[in-house]
Amino acid sequence: MADKYRFIGKVTPRKDAVEILTGKAKFLNDIKLPGMLYGKVLRSPHPHALIKKVDKKKAEKLPGVRAVLTWEDVPDWKGGTPRCKRVLDRKVRFVGDAVALVAATSDEIADQALRLIDVQYEVLPHVFDMEKALKPGAPQLYEEFPCNVVPPGVPFFGPKSLREVVMGDVDKGFAEADVVTEGTYSYENIPNPLPPEAPGAIALWEEPNKVTLWVSNQASYMDKVTLFHVFNRQVEVRSIGGPCGGSYGSKFMSWQVQSHAVLLSRATGKPVKVCMTKEEHLAAFTLRPGSRMNAKVGMKKDGTVTAIAGRWVIDTGCYSMTTQSQVAVGCGEVQIMVRCANWNLKPVTVCTNRNASGIVRGFGGQELKCILIPLLSLAMEKLDIDPFEFLKKNYVKPGDGYIWRDGIWYTYRGVDYSEAMDQGAERFGWKEKWKGWLKPSSVHGTKRRGIGVGVHGNADIGEDASEAYVRLHPDGSALIVSCVTEHGTGQRTNFVKMAAEVLQVPMEKVSLSPADSLFTPYEFGPAGSRGTYAIGSAIIAAAEDARRKLFELVAPRLEAAPEDLDTEDGVVFVKSNPQRKLPWRAMGIDRTCTGYGRFDPDYTLSNCMMSFVEVEVDTETGKVDLVRVVNATNAGQIIDPQGLEGQLNGCLGSAGIDSALFEETVIDQGTGHTLNANMIDYKWRTFAELPKIDNVVLETPFASHRFHAVGIGEVATSPGPSAILMAASNAVGHWLHEYPVTPERVLKVLGKTEPRARKGGAA
Amino acid sequence: MKGKGEIMRLKKSKKQTRVNLTVNGKPYELEIGDGPGQVKPWDTLAHTLRETLDLTGTKVSCDHGACGACTVLLGGNAVLSCMTLAVECDGQAVTTIEGLGDPKTGRLDPLQQSFIDHTAFQCGFCTPGILMSAKALLREKPSPMEEDVKEALSGNFCRCISHYQVVKAVMAASGKGD
Repeated sequence: MADKYRFIGKVTPRKDAVEILTGKAKFLNDIKLPGMLYGKVLRSPHPHALIKKVDKKKAEKLPGVRAVLTWEDVPDWKGGTPRCKRVLDRKVRFVGDAVALVAATSDEIADQALRLIDVQYEVLPHVFDMEKALKPGAPQLYEEFPCNVVPPGVPFFGPKSLREVVMGDVDKGFAEADVVTEGTYSYENIPNPLPPEAPGAIALWEEPNKVTLWVSNQASYMDKVTLFHVFNRQVEVRSIGGPCGGSYGSKFMSWQVQSHAVLLSRATGKPVKVCMTKEEHLAAFTLRPGSRMNAKVGMKKDGTVTAIAGRWVIDTGCYSMTTQSQVAVGCGEVQIMVRCANWNLKPVTVCTNRNASGIVRGFGGQELKCILIPLLSLAMEKLDIDPFEFLKKNYVKPGDGYIWRDGIWYTYRGVDYSEAMDQGAERFGWKEKWKGWLKPSSVHGTKRRGIGVGVHGNADIGEDASEAYVRLHPDGSALIVSCVTEHGTGQRTNFVKMAAEVLQVPMEKVSLSPADSLFTPYEFGPAGSRGTYAIGSAIIAAAEDARRKLFELVAPRLEAAPEDLDTEDGVVFVKSNPQRKLPWRAMGIDRTCTGYGRFDPDYTLSNCMMSFVEVEVDTETGKVDLVRVVNATNAGQIIDPQGLEGQLNGCLGSAGIDSALFEETVIDQGTGHTLNANMIDYKWRTFAELPKIDNVVLETPFASHRFHAVGIGEVATSPGPSAILMAASNAVGHWLHEYPVTPERVLKVLGKTEPRARKGGAA
Repeated sequence: MKGKGEIMRLKKSKKQTRVNLTVNGKPYELEIGDGPGQVKPWDTLAHTLRETLDLTGTKVSCDHGACGACTVLLGGNAVLSCMTLAVECDGQAVTTIEGLGDPKTGRLDPLQQSFIDHTAFQCGFCTPGILMSAKALLREKPSPMEEDVKEALSGNFCRCISHYQVVKAVMAASGKGD
């Protein structure tokens, strides 16, 4: 396949490689502006309290301090869906909530000033557990959200925005089932996606109502859009994106940090940088949503799912900016994973007194699958159904459909992923290793191995809109104008590759503009796996438009019709007689030639990732080691082989597979303080503990994309966590249903420790 | 306040009023003090490199010695610059990511080239630290085994999971460096 193309599918160096490898790449915290001040945030020590009085006089007098702001000093700017969370409020709602902002001439002075602010609080009762928060009489985080329920629906997704999965007749479905299983499962260890670069922003205010923001975000155009609403639609925001030191979804929304920088710049008239410390990042920035479900599933002997009914409670922490979007997409994704005619799945999103949840790879679907697959597994066990065969049979096939996030039914028109799944199973050796439910695949003394499998897919590969310009120059070079930032996927280089392929010019001749919302058109950004199809198609369309316009300009001089022309290496020629040719400069040396491209959403396609895992459990210590992973997918056409490999290997980190093994945010259930807000106590995988990973990637062309590709990067993290629980359960011969599978939990099911209530964690 | 006292004491005793550093082959004589361009006794090497000398290629991520992002070479050994005080480095040679290539020819170090060839980075934020840890390893052990590479990099956090490509890149560059 790849041989048809000059650049697509070839290994090419990242355009930003030299800058990154020589330290010249300017990440947000590397930027210094003349006269720049440094901003710091005083944070609440209480999970829920009213601010009675703030004395900031001492702080203001400290030499070098330029502004100290509290809720009384700032406009009524609010985030949240619906907008409820004031940037600075009289009420604090979690340990770490912003109480006051300081701008000073150095970080150190700003830090000192924080310690000079005297705050008197009236402590209020708090609630940490999602179900307790729903009970009548529970402490209320917002007056406008009775029982702490966040209103469902997302205006951005349209009037029918998906709020639940309800279709068919579940009673009839359960009556038809051979087995019905029921239970409560949770995935509420709220791991942190934890990009190495902490969130931050630099703001420069211009009176009366303009602000320029330097951001670290995968989707920097959207900061302009988000903040426009936060700032009561009265401030003109220009966002400038640069290299983003990891996001994994999380930095798509940095509105809190950005608002702090803007308020301080507005108060001082100077550029202000606010960068979170790692402790703030872990304890006060967004986490994966907590997820718990009491549900019932019906299944037939042949693996047909006859009904799914349940109440899915989602803990969004102290506010929701995007949780309803994650619920909507999760509800769509679950239908892609499991065909079922009868559904009654009702989500409820709840506020609690901990730091907010936000976007993380897996976007709702990972949260839901991590609690649904264990329940489906119970039914499979009773019917002795192989989970690989079950997941393959039930994954969406061409002609099936789903109700997507906008509440509209779409018929799936992508490829059948069964072949990719089969090849993955073969590479993994699934058939040889599968011995049945709750049976280890091998036992060597105290070491027991077990296997598991999971699957995930997202119809977001064609979500939302993208726009781009491509400008051709007389010297045979081209510029892509797009608000895409580089957050690690290599997509900025891949867009150059796609444009170079359309224009048939060397990649060195194509450049991509900085991501500056001042002059770029609309760009939703590389969220989910939309980069390749959605953004790529807009850029390809712009390149094709520019190429067509070039041919119109040159055609008269070649005495040919524009459709009879082609171009290669900056030369336009007549297809039937390549000797009749003119260089691009024939367009005129005082001219450029600009094409425009737009992608409109297409929800008829989904990607797919199946992950097979093998774990080894030490029954003496309870430690679970991941020894092998095989990821299987079909990408249509590989654009960037090494970039793809990196994305798929990413299945371990960023709150992915390791969130089932050892990652968790531990919050003290008495005080609400995060107990592991540092990178020693928050566990992460090291180079010394790498499992063997194989990525099986098929290339069955998708008709929808000019180069027949679909995006896949985002979903790599999602099938793994439930597969780990399955594998560990099989290894030890007992169900393990809590994330993460710590040694303590393993020893407990083995009857080797006294059961005791676990302190910390959200559970 | 304690810091100021410390400066006074240092000045009085005349033990140390300046810090002499050679960074990427270039000598710097920095005064100890809290004015612009001066080094405070409690300034970390990472802070001095980034804020005083404007060498922002060295990254600070956790700022407490857990993640390896700030790794630089001090006298050829990998150190965490966020856990090292600048005043401790008096008289020593520091190599940062900006000095990894050949300063005269501008040629990249074979490790850097190998990272490009293997796309051994994704977001690239942890990459300078990883490169410096790998460089220290190859100086000590020019032909390491794969396990040596993993061990040498075990203090470097990478969240994108570029580990596999990094190990390949370091192995490919080994034996080709100085």
